Amino acid sequence: IMCASAKYNTRGPALIPRMKTKHRIYYITLFSIVLLGLIATGMFQFWPHSIESSNDWTVEKRSVHDVPVVKLPADSPIPERGDLSCRMHTCFDVYRCGFNPKNKIKVYIYSLKKYVDEYGTSVSNTISREYNELLTAISDSEFYTDDVNRACLFVPSIDVLNQNALRIKETAQALAQLSRWDRGTNHLLFNMLPGGPPDYNTALDVPRDRALLAGGGFSTWTYRQGYDVSIPVYSSLSGEVDLPERGPGPRRYFILSSQMALHPEYRAELEALQAENGESVLILDKCTNLSDGVPAVRKRCHKNQVFDYPQVLQESTFCVVLRGARLGQAVLSDVLQAGCVPVIIADSYILPFSEVLDWKRASVVIPEEKMPEMYSILQSVPQRQIEEMQRQARWFWEAYFRSMKAIALATLQIINDRIYPYAAISYEEWNDPPAVKWSSVSNPLFLPLIPPQSQGFTAIVLTYDRVESLFRVITEVSKVPSLSKLLVVWNNQNKNPPEDSLWPKIRVPLKVVRTAENKLSNRFFPYDEIETEAVLAIDDDIIMLTSDELQFGYEVWREFPDRLVGYPGRLHLWDHEMNKWKYESEWTNEVSMVLTGAAFYHKYFNYLYTYKMPGDIKNWVDAHMNCEDIAMNFLVANVTGKSVIKVTPRKKFKCPECTAIDGLSLDQTHMVERSECINKFASVFGTMPLKVVEHRADPVLYKDDFPEKLKSFPNIGSL
Amino acid sequence: MQTRKKYIFLTFLASWLLLFFFGGDQLRYFSFFSRRKAEARRNWPRWTDQSRLKSFADPEELQSDGDPSLPSPRERRAARLSIYKNSGCRMETCFDFSRCEKNGFKVFTYPRERDQPLSESYSKILASIERSRYYPPNPAEACLFILSIDTLDRDHLSGQYVRNVDEKIRGFPLWNGGRNHLIFNLYSGTWPNYTEDLGFDIGQAILAKASFYTENFRPGFDISIPLFSKDHPQRGGERGWLYQDSIPPKKKYLLVFKGKRYLTGIGSGTRNALHHIHNGKDIVSLTTCKHGKDWEKHKDMRCDKDNVDYEKFDYQELLHNSTFCIVPRGRRLGSFRFLEALQAACIPVLLSDGWELPFAEAIDWSKAAVVGNERLLLQIPSAVRCIHPERVLAFQQQTQFLWDAYFSSVDKIVHTTLEIIKDRLLPHRSRSRFLWNTLPGGLLALPNFSTHLGDFPFYYLQHGSSPSAKFTAFIRAVSPAGSLSQHILRLIQAVSGSQYCAQILVLWSCEKPPPPSGKWPQTTVPLTVIQGRGKLSDRFFPYVAIQTDAVLSLDEHTSLSTSEVDFAFMVWRSFPERIVGFPTRSHFWDPEQRRWGYTSKWTNEISIVLTAAAFYHRYYHSLFTEFLPAELRELVDGLSACEDILMNVLVAAVTKLPPIKVTQQKQHKETVSQQVGCKDGDAGSPPVGEQSPSPPRSPPAKVKGTVGTAGGRRFSQQQDCLNQLVDWFGYMPLVSSQLRLDPVLFKDQVSVLRKKYPRLEKP
Repeated sequence: IMCASAKYNTRGPALIPRMKTKHRIYYITLFSIVLLGLIATGMFQFWPHSIESSNDWTVEKRSVHDVPVVKLPADSPIPERGDLSCRMHTCFDVYRCGFNPKNKIKVYIYSLKKYVDEYGTSVSNTISREYNELLTAISDSEFYTDDVNRACLFVPSIDVLNQNALRIKETAQALAQLSRWDRGTNHLLFNMLPGGPPDYNTALDVPRDRALLAGGGFSTWTYRQGYDVSIPVYSSLSGEVDLPERGPGPRRYFILSSQMALHPEYRAELEALQAENGESVLILDKCTNLSDGVPAVRKRCHKNQVFDYPQVLQESTFCVVLRGARLGQAVLSDVLQAGCVPVIIADSYILPFSEVLDWKRASVVIPEEKMPEMYSILQSVPQRQIEEMQRQARWFWEAYFRSMKAIALATLQIINDRIYPYAAISYEEWNDPPAVKWSSVSNPLFLPLIPPQSQGFTAIVLTYDRVESLFRVITEVSKVPSLSKLLVVWNNQNKNPPEDSLWPKIRVPLKVVRTAENKLSNRFFPYDEIETEAVLAIDDDIIMLTSDELQFGYEVWREFPDRLVGYPGRLHLWDHEMNKWKYESEWTNEVSMVLTGAAFYHKYFNYLYTYKMPGDIKNWVDAHMNCEDIAMNFLVANVTGKSVIKVTPRKKFKCPECTAIDGLSLDQTHMVERSECINKFASVFGTMPLKVVEHRADPVLYKDDFPEKLKSFPNIGSL
Repeated sequence: MQTRKKYIFLTFLASWLLLFFFGGDQLRYFSFFSRRKAEARRNWPRWTDQSRLKSFADPEELQSDGDPSLPSPRERRAARLSIYKNSGCRMETCFDFSRCEKNGFKVFTYPRERDQPLSESYSKILASIERSRYYPPNPAEACLFILSIDTLDRDHLSGQYVRNVDEKIRGFPLWNGGRNHLIFNLYSGTWPNYTEDLGFDIGQAILAKASFYTENFRPGFDISIPLFSKDHPQRGGERGWLYQDSIPPKKKYLLVFKGKRYLTGIGSGTRNALHHIHNGKDIVSLTTCKHGKDWEKHKDMRCDKDNVDYEKFDYQELLHNSTFCIVPRGRRLGSFRFLEALQAACIPVLLSDGWELPFAEAIDWSKAAVVGNERLLLQIPSAVRCIHPERVLAFQQQTQFLWDAYFSSVDKIVHTTLEIIKDRLLPHRSRSRFLWNTLPGGLLALPNFSTHLGDFPFYYLQHGSSPSAKFTAFIRAVSPAGSLSQHILRLIQAVSGSQYCAQILVLWSCEKPPPPSGKWPQTTVPLTVIQGRGKLSDRFFPYVAIQTDAVLSLDEHTSLSTSEVDFAFMVWRSFPERIVGFPTRSHFWDPEQRRWGYTSKWTNEISIVLTAAAFYHRYYHSLFTEFLPAELRELVDGLSACEDILMNVLVAAVTKLPPIKVTQQKQHKETVSQQVGCKDGDAGSPPVGEQSPSPPRSPPAKVKGTVGTAGGRRFSQQQDCLNQLVDWFGYMPLVSSQLRLDPVLFKDQVSVLRKKYPRLEKP
């Protein structure tokens, strides 16, 4: 079975061993014959089918009233009541879902029928507008299949959104006669208004055996955790009213209650709060004296004052959502839409999609007993958190409440994640609003680990043809105690590397990798030969770093393994005249980059550079033969959100016989090019990830009045 | 040669013909769905009259969901209380919240009875509560109770099974039907069914149990805990085994299992199938039949061969060298294997259907484990192969974080259990899932301090915010009353000169009242004097007046320049979770005395930054005061210069990182006075600037030299302090650093005019 994309090439394509020529011709001929035969077979067997394919491309044009009628005999079977002990591993048939590379379940929808009893009286409304929208959304989604044999989940077209609009026994009979019912296994029912007088059950009363229930208004006693899905009660107002998102911040009212038909006891408690805290608490009710033609649902009143609903919700910081006859309330959806922070007062209520949504980030839950303390509880919420909750509330509405489609897809995704848990959507993807996803950083190396010193580092020298200088670098670097391996990346295709015997003899393994193309990105390839976490990238002309300096650099990297730790530092600046970024290599008090001509970093970043560099940066760098170091600085800063660490004092990185970094840096065109790189990368990343700092790392006793011979790293900063 | 060709040709021909005649049906099936794709899918119809469909509910009905005939909310609550008892318990029906309101969250353990034997594990559980901040001296203050009867092992065949629990419990005056009681259990039921029956009526008590089955679990009420062995350490605990982040995960094996195969009985379904996925290469799945007394009776064909293979591999070796570890159910749902894999950074692949995962109320296991399905065992190899290397790395790191935060010691397991319950008491003051699942973890993120992420030092990056741009200077004054010393006047001058200073707070630690406001120097920033209680731990009290994220903690005798303050603050903004400061100390292991040593000598490594001149996040004040038990603060109050060490140990325990030393203009005279009262020559604090001979102690191996010394007696007190703290934490949290952060151009040969902090270089 194929994986989506787990494997990476560590080398270019492998060569196919050559066969002897005459055999090759023979085999090719044979292969062609077989192939032709196969094609012919296919044509012959399936010809008649393939020409009729376009005939079905017609959208059905039918009225809901034209759907077939099914008569249910009075004695047709009724499913068992819902089984409270059902869980995915007991009542769900996973074998139907299979293993597939996309990790998507297949959902089948039964075709619409009209059910009548023996006397021809209909069992329920054929289908409601909302349920039709929901089924349409499923049908348009990636989950849908029209092949009942390949389906993992079945959705009946029998509308049970509102229990009060149907006849319980007959609806159950209708479910039981579905073609694949099989005790409700793998069937999903959507219900928003469960229960009815007098006891208002918190789950659908229709007997449904093992069927999964996506219900609005579950309590902890009826909700089968990990099996059912808790969904919102859809508010039809959200389709009618457009409430533009309002910026977070304090609003006119602190607490607002907008629900109608609240129990008098609740109302009395709310009024007590109002009496105590004055105008910051607003309690609205149904309007009693509205003129005709004004829809009562769109108005709320306080004494004689009339307010527009749901607009008034936008005037309040907190909005109360109280238990009614049922636990699930449509007002929750309106409140979220208005970016008002819901205050949930409904003991044991399972909040919508609570399996994946972190409601603590968007709401305040207050036990019913604590209702009198509501004001002081809400006052203790920090202002900045209120603002975040307002944003979060609005995001929940936009993503999971705003339409029947959003509700349907979130429900299916939750079930999908249970069946393919290793491909499940993460907490962050479910909960972080787009703005947070954009601004937050999740460091891939988040665990605070100080790698053991014994592991050492691998030095990688990228070279083209400066053999003499290269050999000097190798000799110098080999003196560093923690060096564990040296890797020379030979980037010259026209010239062979020197004979083995000519290379300097050093105490650690030395490997030469020859590359297929002279590309700068070869320096950052995650070679299998790199067995340590730490990589020292060093140019073939950096011979001025002392062994103490390199060893100290490695020690600093161990303390900051998720950062670039390097020697020459550079800075980016905003050029106010040109209105763009500028590259700076002068003696500044700040650094934001280190050059990878001499820098330690984690091997992981080689992997990121090679496979995860955003946009066309990698190719761009290879084409321009410049700025691979700036690209690496951008990449690391962007993924970790952290600054670089420059180590040890400034040196002249110059050698007389070669054009080192500083030599180049003096070049005016070079500076212009480097500035261009910064501007280019900032636009690709969509942000400026580099962090400016004013510090560099020195040994603890650097320049202190202390005997040099007792210092761990005495030879630092010598010129 | 010719014959070979002929044969090959004939074979091809034959296979082609076979394919043609018999394979047609299969082929038709494959091309069947490719054909179907081209064709219109039979989608849900677009009804011609869909716009005229009625809504599922009348809008007014939706907006006013009330029924006047319903009883009042209070009556309905009362009704729920009487219906949902025992097996239907929820916090709101079976827990008395009012007990927790007055004294906060206090947990009382019943006094132990002499004739009651306690298992090692249960003693550890009781001990970890008794020495924690939750323990009240008086049962009347308690919110939660824990029995002194060992309920861990309820397998009645076990030697540790306690009989007549029901009877004993009924004798407890505080039992009250189990209300507000917490019962710990590791093993329940016995051969052959292993039902989760405890053998006594727990009534309305909360059950914290290992191997919880979802069906018996009362959501939001019970707590699933991990199975741990009797050797599990009381505190501290071993660290995880992941010491390198490698990508791709360079481990010898992909997936391993080594354990018992059950031939019959409960759990045998899964254990009996595990050998199927063994491939001998990167997947090693070994089972043995050799367990129990009469294994040979049930022995099957495979057993002998399996037993031989089984001996070839070492469990520990497999654990260390595999990326994924199968954690199947045993007879019960949970196993020791789970924690072992977690510690080994071997990503657990759970095959234990219906197991309510440990602390699942708080922990998001989808970030650290692969929750497999027992029925789909054969898909596991391909499923784990398809997990992306980056995700594997994230999984591995998360196992280590979770292990270290919640599982590595009995203390952590017990405290996690208690904190989960505490979070339920005040839902609006509880931790979000984010806090539980992000470093440093829920136990160290106190919701009492704040529920807003931006207020903590740990989450700036994930939250996309940054620490506040100003700091509060917090000076501890010890000069005799009546007049202000020259030191403090100079210090106030220097600090208030910093552009980043928001305010100055002076903690007046003398019994005599501070000088009147007129005597204090005029500063551009507000200056407030707080009267302390004369205790050393006062300096880390979370004063409401501290409103900035950063605190600059100072002693009266500290001398600092404005440049130093400015530079150090800029550094702190890059490392807001650490202590960033000037004078430093280091610790070392003294092999001769077999204890930890503490030195103020100049060394190449540092691990402690003195809080006489240091920046840190104000959250650490809360953590110091609320997280640590009173016993530790008393220890600190009694020893000289111990509060410094405790603060450093605490921050290191939270961050696992060393503090940061920044450049100092001139060496402090080692004068950090630790006076508590205001009388000169207070016991334990040597006169300022005293140069006493260095103690006759061999320097630590790595420390190369000695300059500067400190008072002998104080020195030994600090040593004691350090060792007592290590004992309390259960390990040495301090981490050493070899670096110091200097300004970028520090002592570089550049014109002084180009330098931002030239004053730091003055000799």
